Amino acid sequence: MVASTPPDTGLRVSLVVEIPSDVAYIERVVDLVRHPCAELAYTSRQLALNVPVALSEAISNAILRANHEDPTKRVRITVAVDARRLVVEIEDEGDRFDMAASTRDATSPENLEREDGRGLFLMRKLMDHVERFDATGSTGGGNVVRLTLARA
Amino acid sequence: MSFSIKKEGEIVVVDVEGQLIVGNRQELKQKVLDELERGEKKFLIDFAQTGYIDSSGLGVLVSLSKKIREQGGELRLANLNDDLKTLFELTKLDTLFQISDTRDRALSSF
Repeated sequence: MVASTPPDTGLRVSLVVEIPSDVAYIERVVDLVRHPCAELAYTSRQLALNVPVALSEAISNAILRANHEDPTKRVRITVAVDARRLVVEIEDEGDRFDMAASTRDATSPENLEREDGRGLFLMRKLMDHVERFDATGSTGGGNVVRLTLARA
Repeated sequence: MSFSIKKEGEIVVVDVEGQLIVGNRQELKQKVLDELERGEKKFLIDFAQTGYIDSSGLGVLVSLSKKIREQGGELRLANLNDDLKTLFELTKLDTLFQISDTRDRALSSF
């Protein structure tokens, strides 16, 4: 008897990754998150564009803007992915920020030739939802940015 | 991930292998600026072997393009795959750069 492949709908993958505040780790975290998404048949566009770019932006914001590359501060990435959606939470230990006030239209004529300012804009374009919460850890500060993407 | 630079006639061609992201963008910037300081004017960045580009990678391309133009030179791009094209369209950077489908077309466009 040949065993049939069980449907993706029964699978759910959870991951927790912790890294120091060093941008050199971003690419490895992206690979760790992409792997279960590929296993669950997320589209090639989602694997090559939406997931890596939005995730890179969120982690680099946590490292550079929130934690200011402080080697004593860490970034915690919590991933839950199944055949319906990917939810990633990126938690920093930095100062709280107002996400709405930090997002600007990177495509307006006055911003088009700026070197910076495309990070949050791209996260919102590439994910279905981008939310920010106060972290509830012991440090008394910190942000949690939650990215949600439905499998296409 | 790495960047290799070679000359094709009077054009400096940079191949981006792997990602162009916050962790390595300064390396690309410095390599191109070094060539600009040596007096090179025409630059082509080829993305045929590139994975993904984040906002800081895009930022470096914008900044390099400006600096090269200020020196009377030009930066052109080639070989963006469909996902990278979409990234440039989302950010409207496709309106800022001259982008060719192939390296040969880009080289002959200067």
